[in-house]
Amino acid sequence: MGRAIAGSKRDFAPWTDANSRPLLRIEALTKRFGATAVVDHLSLDIYEGEFFALLGPSGCGKTTLLRLIAGFERPNAGRILLDGVDLTSVPPYRRPVNLMFQSYALFPHLNVEANIGFGLKQEGLAKRDIERRVTDMLRLVKLEGYGARKPHELSGGQRQRVALARSLVKRPRVLLLDEPMVALDKKLRGETQFELMELQRKLGLTFVIVTHDQSEAMTVAHRIGVMDHGRLMQVAPPADVYERPNSRWVADFIGDVNLFEGRLGDDGLSIDGTAAGRLRVAANADAPPGAIVYVAVRPEKIRISREPLLPGLNNCVAGTVVDIGYFGGSSVYKLRIRDGSQIRAAIANVGARGDGVIAVDDQVWLTWPADAATVLTR
Amino acid sequence: MTPARQNGSMLQKLIVRVPYAWLVAFFLLPFLIVLKISLSQTAIAQPPYVPAFDLAAGWHGVVAFFNGLSLDNYLLLGSDPIYILSYVKSVEIAAFATLLLLLVGYPVAYAIARTPRHIQAVLVLLTVLPFWTSLLIRIYAWMNILQRDGPLNDLLMALGLVKEPPAWLATDTAIYIGIVYSYLPFMVLPLYATLEKLDESLLEAAADLGCPRWKTFWLVTLPLSSSGIIAGVLLCFIPIVGEFVIPDLLGGSQSPMIGQTIWLEFFGNKDWPAASAVAVVLVFLLVTPIVVYQNQAMRAVEWD
Amino acid sequence: MRRVSTFNLAALLAGIAFLYLPIAVLVIYSFNASRLVAVWGGWSTRWYAELLNDRPLLDAASISIRLALTSATVATILGTMAALALVRFGRFRGRLLFAAMIYAPLVMPEVITGLSLLLMFVAVAADRGFWTVAIAHTTMAMCFVTVIVQSRLVDFDMSLEEAAMDLGAPPLRTFASVTLPLIFPAIAAAWMLAFALSLDDLVIASFTTGPGATTLPIRIYSEVRLGVKPEMNAVCSIMVAVVGVAVIVASLLAKLTGARGSPAPS
Repeated sequence: MGRAIAGSKRDFAPWTDANSRPLLRIEALTKRFGATAVVDHLSLDIYEGEFFALLGPSGCGKTTLLRLIAGFERPNAGRILLDGVDLTSVPPYRRPVNLMFQSYALFPHLNVEANIGFGLKQEGLAKRDIERRVTDMLRLVKLEGYGARKPHELSGGQRQRVALARSLVKRPRVLLLDEPMVALDKKLRGETQFELMELQRKLGLTFVIVTHDQSEAMTVAHRIGVMDHGRLMQVAPPADVYERPNSRWVADFIGDVNLFEGRLGDDGLSIDGTAAGRLRVAANADAPPGAIVYVAVRPEKIRISREPLLPGLNNCVAGTVVDIGYFGGSSVYKLRIRDGSQIRAAIANVGARGDGVIAVDDQVWLTWPADAATVLTR
Repeated sequence: MTPARQNGSMLQKLIVRVPYAWLVAFFLLPFLIVLKISLSQTAIAQPPYVPAFDLAAGWHGVVAFFNGLSLDNYLLLGSDPIYILSYVKSVEIAAFATLLLLLVGYPVAYAIARTPRHIQAVLVLLTVLPFWTSLLIRIYAWMNILQRDGPLNDLLMALGLVKEPPAWLATDTAIYIGIVYSYLPFMVLPLYATLEKLDESLLEAAADLGCPRWKTFWLVTLPLSSSGIIAGVLLCFIPIVGEFVIPDLLGGSQSPMIGQTIWLEFFGNKDWPAASAVAVVLVFLLVTPIVVYQNQAMRAVEWD
Repeated sequence: MRRVSTFNLAALLAGIAFLYLPIAVLVIYSFNASRLVAVWGGWSTRWYAELLNDRPLLDAASISIRLALTSATVATILGTMAALALVRFGRFRGRLLFAAMIYAPLVMPEVITGLSLLLMFVAVAADRGFWTVAIAHTTMAMCFVTVIVQSRLVDFDMSLEEAAMDLGAPPLRTFASVTLPLIFPAIAAAWMLAFALSLDDLVIASFTTGPGATTLPIRIYSEVRLGVKPEMNAVCSIMVAVVGVAVIVASLLAKLTGARGSPAPS
């Protein structure tokens, strides 16, 4: 087991350190099913002690990637290196990697203790040692006293913890989790997310989780790898993926976003010819003047005002409220601007009453600060 | 990806080859030999047919072998009416018996499928249990009952349905009783398997749309259980055609079924080539419905 | 909507009665003191006693049991292998022929399989006796075993095997610790079926047997084709009792162990 990871999630960033070497290195990995490349020349470095999330729509190849790391699929090209050792020809039962299955895959004919101890038995440990480690693990996942039960006598959440314990007890170098919380209800999911994070930090292990749930990925992970059609679109900490997506695809996939297409001005800070007029950003865009770029603005950054705003102000546009979606804590306003395109703005419902001052068909003005927008070049 | 495929194919090859070799040696080969013998002629010899395939004679032996083959036995089948009668009789009895099995088995299967889940397992067990006892024993049990002075006639006389005890044994009726009795599990089980999967909400939908019970059955239940019906029919019809024990013990000797004919030719007349020819024709007769069924099944899957 | 209508109930009862009545009659008559079946002479166990003196019958019983044990065991092993091949190994060369050879004997009339095997044994000049019948029974039973084990394997949750391998068990150990225990009920049921098929078989044994290997069904058949015999009633009743007890015990055991191989995470 590694050492417990001190400090908050944000402080942990070995990928920024040029001297640190990755624990798991994936090099140009390709896996084809028939003619389709389900994993397409994918390269990725994962560091020890990291909680890495693979996020993407269904069919993007994230589960296949996990299975390649675990050894249940053989790649058509590329390598997987763990601690510098090439795993490609190593069968799954000899890899120091463990997979927690989406269906948990608990052995129905064995009780909880035997399930958890199964992997230790394969290692040839003495019975006493196995018993000790199993008992410790049961305590860690808060299932003390459940050792003699059979899987069908447990609830969904309890089964999940047995599956986790079964993989963890072997102290793998990397623990792979395949959509571990998809079968749990919302409340349990939230609790389990935090439990997982705590476990990972306390044991100092490296986790790679596959999920299609964006909020889950952003909650638990140090870094998120966003995948589409077998390729990694962006690999960055959650805040970076959200606030500074590297492409329209990522911006649109994570959360909600408004995109404005225009030309980058000579000063590199203004964009002309968008549907919302001239827009201003705070950071220089990485593109030559005159290039076509896209300004990405998240709905919660937009302010709505019923008073007309000064026309000379940048990042200001008039619109008509078309629809209002009420979500309890906030409301999403759909607005139509002069060229017919739609903008979405999210406002927290801070008033005493649920409905805001703004109603459908109102003429309003929208604005956002220059540093709230990101310029995307692709 | 299956673990077996991942493992070295050494073990995998063994797992396939051993049963494969066994079946080739003890199923395929014997059948080819039957084919060969059906093309041979009878002889008072051991084995009682010529030409025997004599490898020692070399190429000359091979040529002589093929020269000796003849279709005489097949012509015999066509010319002598007893064979044709036997085939026809077998198909006749099998068809009618299968129909009876369907009429008796369907209500039973339906009833089982409608009982509560936990009782179903018990009922299925009860239906299958007799099957575990020997066919011979069960047919023999019917011999007891169907005797002229047996309990069936006692019952009929006591109920006043007949004046004199009729002879049940050595009739076609006895054969039908025996067949339906023995093959009932083979009809009930596939039907039950299909009916048990039937979605109750479909029946409720039909009722909601105005169908009376019998109409729901005719328009919804019956068509949806067609795969079970076909499976049951095939599972019964084909083996019944070749039945031996039931017609032999319960039936008369005037018109034997094809299974009896083969037995007679083989053990009675010691005419192995003739028996083989009869067997080969029977196999082709039986294979045809299976091939047709497979094609239908394939086409149904394509439509899905 | 799981009511049992009167029609259904009547059909059920009639069906069950129909199935069990003849056997009941058989058993009752085995206790008939009178030799003539038609005449009820009171309860007696004399026919059972006479069985013990019937040397040829006891020999035949012993041969049948040994035959059944042998062929059931070999058939179960071969049939399980065949099932594994059909379910797990995908499209291997010769798969079509393999499948055809597995399913064909299931529907072939026994006279044909018996006839063909005998002709082959003669062609290779094999001495017919215990072993030729054993081979014949094994071949016949193997197909049933394959069908039973195959249907269980098809339902088997593959992720259990993957989990075992992930935890460090090589393929053979995975099969032994995870797959086998979970498909065991199907294998046991298949063994029992193979045992019963061998014990009960008349036609195939008649074709493939030789001197000194008379099986129990052959013996019974030669006695009863001439008419009902009270000693035969006794023999048959014993066989029914043995099989009935065995099947009931087996299904109770199955219910008690209740290990499931394809749980759904709920």
